[in-house]
Amino acid sequence: MLELKNVSFGVDGNDGGKEIIRDVSLTLPDDKLVVITGPNGGGKSTLARLIVGIEKPVSGNIYLDGEDITEMSITERAGRGIGYAFQQPVRFKGIEVFDLIRLATGKKISSADACEYLSAVGLCARDYIKREVNSSLSGGELKRIEIATVLAKQPRLAIFDEPEAGIDLWSFGNLIDVFAGMRRKIKGSSILIISHQERILNIADEIIVLKDGRVSAKGSREEILPELINTSVAVGYCNGVKGETADD
Amino acid sequence: MIEMDEIQKRILKEVADLHDVPEGAYNIRANGKSLGRESTENIEIIPRDTGDGLTIRIKPGTKRESVHIPVVLSESGLKETVYNDFYIGEGSDVVIVAGCGIDNCGVQDSQHDGIHRFFVGQGARVKYVEKHYGSGDGRGKRILNPVTEIYMEEGSSAELEMVQIKGVDDTNRVTKAELKAGAGLVVRERLMTHDEQKAISTYSIDLNGEGSNADLVSRSVARGSSYQKFDAVINGNAPCSGHTECDAIIMDRGRILAVPGLKANDVDASLVHEAAIGKIAGDQIIKLMTLGLSEEEAEEQIINGFLK
Ligand SMILES: Nc1ncnc2c1ncn2[C@@H]1O[C@H](COP(=O)(O)OP(=O)(O)O)[C@@H](O)[C@H]1O
Ligand SMILES: [Mg+2]
Repeated sequence: MLELKNVSFGVDGNDGGKEIIRDVSLTLPDDKLVVITGPNGGGKSTLARLIVGIEKPVSGNIYLDGEDITEMSITERAGRGIGYAFQQPVRFKGIEVFDLIRLATGKKISSADACEYLSAVGLCARDYIKREVNSSLSGGELKRIEIATVLAKQPRLAIFDEPEAGIDLWSFGNLIDVFAGMRRKIKGSSILIISHQERILNIADEIIVLKDGRVSAKGSREEILPELINTSVAVGYCNGVKGETADD
Repeated sequence: MIEMDEIQKRILKEVADLHDVPEGAYNIRANGKSLGRESTENIEIIPRDTGDGLTIRIKPGTKRESVHIPVVLSESGLKETVYNDFYIGEGSDVVIVAGCGIDNCGVQDSQHDGIHRFFVGQGARVKYVEKHYGSGDGRGKRILNPVTEIYMEEGSSAELEMVQIKGVDDTNRVTKAELKAGAGLVVRERLMTHDEQKAISTYSIDLNGEGSNADLVSRSVARGSSYQKFDAVINGNAPCSGHTECDAIIMDRGRILAVPGLKANDVDASLVHEAAIGKIAGDQIIKLMTLGLSEEEAEEQIINGFLK
């Protein structure tokens, strides 16, 4: 179980700085799939980066299974089972897809093992395993390889930051199967997905709406989803939350 | 029978991936003397009268054969200049593996200056692999100053893979090439310097014939207080195409100077230079840390990949 207690985060700037996350408290229970949604710039990725340890809160605490991890490094948190699929995956010159998957598993693996993870994200493993994770990969390919690295890591708490972006040639159904598969295979695992997509919101146990760095709504899917859809204009839910106009 | 001690065997493995005596033509030079030499039907290795190098003749049309000429220095204080000339016959297709390893445990400097000239015949293909490696914890420096000259006839092609990853204190590499019509040159250089090391790599490539082309890519890492200079000039003297790229990572207090030089002396010469120097991207380290690696392990993986 992951708990955030009164977490705040901001950055210094010329114009006196900026508060990005404001006094956020929330709980991610085991065995649950939670979706964070909300307008662009609302602080979703920053919240993920705080949980992973890429950023440290200005105040407040983060607990994993009751242990205070606020001051822990990224590596220590990874060791305790936190995994993160970046919104914008990183490219590496010379590092091959196989290397990245192998590093994610943390052990010696065969190419057959690595292929399993690539197939799960709809990539023909044979074509990709020896490819460099460099600019020769399209955004969509890179995004799916990023998801495969998190699958390979088998985290107890997996965070996916807008995983639906760039799944052009792949279907939503497959992506949703990936999450279902993780829930089946990793006992007690929880999954946190940042998404605007109604089809992903539809598989959430719980939904959190983050707006201007604050939790503006949270609850079960049954409670939150109708609200989200009702408050959005006729153009549909997705445009509503993305365009920041939905609740204004 | 070739007798080698353990140090020599180890160095040989580093520079030529050799555990034992190579197949095909070879000459193994250790501490200034030839330890063993073998010519084949198509590849003749002739020592120079002066004892300071070899003439290697590859018969026209020789296909899929290899020549190994590793050099090992394991005595402190040894300094030598060696001249090797390669005559690569028309239409042949061969691999040449050179390389020099110095193990210096003493206080005196050890130095090997290899001067290699390649005469690549019409339509011939050659791949040249050169690895440099230094080891030993003596105060004496390990110095390597290779000179490589390549003269390419019409329609010939050459691929040079030059690697110096570890342990060489001081290096001044000079590579010159002259290409006739339709000749193609590919160079892949991998360089890593650490501590107080210094490496200078200078290229001068003349594209003299119509349709000749050169592609030179250098990837390097400078760590510790080391210094590197990459100086690459391509002269386009005919309708030709040339590309040089210097892609470098600096760490610690490392310093790198990249000097691009393109000279177009023909209106149909097309020349491109790219250079990028910077530290390892922070998000690369962060990504690997989220997979469970420490910061140091992440850096090591990134550099390993980069220099592969
Ligand atoms: N390191 C940073 N420095 C300055 N501003 C930042 C930084 N990180 C995020 N922000 C700002 O914080 C806000 C929230 O960003 P982000 O967490 O990426 O939102 P979301 O993922 O919900 O779109 C944005 O206005 C963004 O520009
Ligand atoms: Mg975001």
